[in-house]
Amino acid sequence: MAKIKLSNTKVEQIKAICKEFNNNKGELINVLHKTQGVFGYLPAEVQEVIAEELGVSVAQVYGVVSFYSFFTMVPKGEHPISICMGTACYVRGAEKVLDEFKRILNIQVGQTTPDGKFSLSCLRCVGACGLAPVVMVGEKVYGRVSTDSVKAIIQEYQKEKCS
Amino acid sequence: MKNIKVTIDKKEVEVKQGTTILDAAKSVGITIPTLCYLHLKDFNITNRPAGCRICVVEVEGRRNLAPACATECTEGMVINTHNIRVLNARKTVLELILSDHPTDCLICAKSGNCELQTLAHEFGIREIEYQGEQSTYKKDMSPSIIRDVDKCIMCRRCEMMCNEIQTVGALSAVNRGFTSVVAPAFEQDLSCSPCTYCGQCVAVCPTGALTEVDHTNQIIRLLADPTKTVVVQTAPAVRAALGEEFGLKPGTSVTGKMVSALRELGFDYVFDTDFAADLTIMEEGSELLDRIARYLKGDTTVKLPILTSCCPGWVNFFEHQFPDMLDVPSTARSPQQMFGSIAKTYFADKLKIKRQDMVVVSIMPCLAKKFERSREEFSTDGNPDVDFSLSTRELAQLIKQANINFNALPESDYDAPLGESTGAAVIFGASGGVIEAATRTAYEIFTGKTLEKVDFTELRGLESIREATVDFNGTPIKIGIAHGLGNARKLLERVRAGNSGFHAIEIMACPGGCIGGGGQPLHHGDSSILFARQKAIYDEDKSKAIRKSHENPYIQKLYKEFLGAPLSEKSHHLLHTHYFDKKKVIEIDE
Ligand code: SF4
Ligand code: SF4
Ligand code: SF4
Ligand code: FES
Ligand code: FES
Repeated sequence: MAKIKLSNTKVEQIKAICKEFNNNKGELINVLHKTQGVFGYLPAEVQEVIAEELGVSVAQVYGVVSFYSFFTMVPKGEHPISICMGTACYVRGAEKVLDEFKRILNIQVGQTTPDGKFSLSCLRCVGACGLAPVVMVGEKVYGRVSTDSVKAIIQEYQKEKCS
Repeated sequence: MKNIKVTIDKKEVEVKQGTTILDAAKSVGITIPTLCYLHLKDFNITNRPAGCRICVVEVEGRRNLAPACATECTEGMVINTHNIRVLNARKTVLELILSDHPTDCLICAKSGNCELQTLAHEFGIREIEYQGEQSTYKKDMSPSIIRDVDKCIMCRRCEMMCNEIQTVGALSAVNRGFTSVVAPAFEQDLSCSPCTYCGQCVAVCPTGALTEVDHTNQIIRLLADPTKTVVVQTAPAVRAALGEEFGLKPGTSVTGKMVSALRELGFDYVFDTDFAADLTIMEEGSELLDRIARYLKGDTTVKLPILTSCCPGWVNFFEHQFPDMLDVPSTARSPQQMFGSIAKTYFADKLKIKRQDMVVVSIMPCLAKKFERSREEFSTDGNPDVDFSLSTRELAQLIKQANINFNALPESDYDAPLGESTGAAVIFGASGGVIEAATRTAYEIFTGKTLEKVDFTELRGLESIREATVDFNGTPIKIGIAHGLGNARKLLERVRAGNSGFHAIEIMACPGGCIGGGGQPLHHGDSSILFARQKAIYDEDKSKAIRKSHENPYIQKLYKEFLGAPLSEKSHHLLHTHYFDKKKVIEIDE
């Protein structure tokens, strides 16, 4: 696991969030939620600070982080790709689309490409079932995605880099 | 509280309100199988995640089967514990668990002692119908404990021991669904966690997911090597429990048979860690008196209370959790390490052999000793003072492998000089014993008087935290005792606050002290076994001719010939140690 060093200001920021919740162990999920909102992800060191502040073990904090797929320990890519795995999308081949993304980007769900450009995650129904299967890149929604169109979607964002 | 009536398998049962179906059934001799459930009565703790569902029963009028371990009886309930519906459901549950479980029982360290295997046997499982994906994880090898997570059934007993009883927090349930397991933070190895290696998780794990590192094969090889002098030491608590592995009643003291067995196995010298326990008392007791004397003279820098340091699980705990208090515990090494240190200097010199040609093996009730022996500070030129540490369970294994008929063995005595010990050393094995032993010696040195009554019964027992004041001829000495790390934490927090008023505190990591150590025969939460072992220890003390450490003639000789005096420079070098701050600090990037 990549080790990062936390800056003093970051540590203070985390402490402030914990304090907002009265350093109450019962608020662990809320603290994690808020912290991820600020940092974008929850690396090990951040979890260690939270554990210390709330008086719970790091193992327990990690237990919660690893339980909820919402929490992530790796920074999201510049272009976070989310594939809807809701029922409608699933029956229309979302899994194959996901596999294609995995194959081309060479990463698993929850990971980020080494250049930091793309990350991959799954979502529950995003409410656009008529367009199933649905893929989101950042805020942009792509409907009726087939395995053949995956490459084109990725290229859209790679081009951006060259311009 | 109100009593209620229920019917279990056509038997009328009257129980207190709040009783679970499981307990009600047990009260009339009906056994319901359990797996995740674990109840440690005398430690006041119950693991009841109600996750495994092996304990289901039928409650008439209810649609679903109910988990007996987590369902309370209600007035007039009619319960069936083994009709066909129940039996089929249990079998399905078991088959589902087995579908994601390796089937290498033949070579599993827990084989014969595994609760899952026993159930599979009792249920007559001959094939596993559900063929699913099997999760695979790498084995985590620490110096003491092996985690083979493929065998984890998520009962979460280990988590309860580690978090609630020990308050170490090394383990937690992580992930969810198919990939969920109990693991340290970030699924790193145990050695990266604050684990103390107390082994209490190993002691309750129903399967082979948690086992001790096994060194029996190395020992067999070394015993056959004519160039090595192999010396063995046996810890106080081992003799009170080893017999259980050979079907003897808990509390049967097997000291003499154990010595014979070790001789038959081929150890060149059979010695006693108790000798080193007497030595520990000389050093730790002198340190206590030194601190008290300085304190009484008005020295404000002196640290009181002094904390015992003979339990390596406890040492690991304070190095991780109380790094601001590293100067409070005694600097005396544990008896295991004192023994190794003396064996490879004093005794090796006597035999005129090099330390490299001597192998010191220890038999311990403990898994933390395996880690302790591997600490760098306990070796000279890369040669450790103690080469191998085996648990009580491993010794039983060795004896069985060698086809020794343990119960038929004659009793024999330890070898001299490192086999001679006093009653004070034997009681190291029970919670409160170390401080009682220290009191016997410290009292005589402090007051200059002979102690007539050596039994300090106020220091004995299995209550979690005990306090007593002993009168040192006018000077009241306040003593505290805690066993189990959660209790230790409570006492430590009082010490940290600075107004505990204690002069000396004994701490043992394992509930009950070493008699309940992580390397002992499994007691499956039955504390009557701990009581029986405790009694065996105190009986052995009573039967000893000498019951005060400083009166051990071989200890006196060791000081005269070799060490000089307690706390001498040589003693410091060979018998004392220092501690490290192991708290994880977050690196701050300025
Ligand atoms: S050995 Fe003790 S401290 Fe380590 S994980 Fe097991 S219970 Fe926790
Ligand atoms: S490691 Fe053992 S005690 Fe812990 S949850 Fe798994 S099976 Fe249960
Ligand atoms: S109490 Fe005894 S068995 Fe348990 S860790 Fe300490 S020394 Fe080992
Ligand atoms: S299932 Fe994918 S948008 Fe509804
Ligand atoms: S023993 Fe009752 S649910 Fe596991």
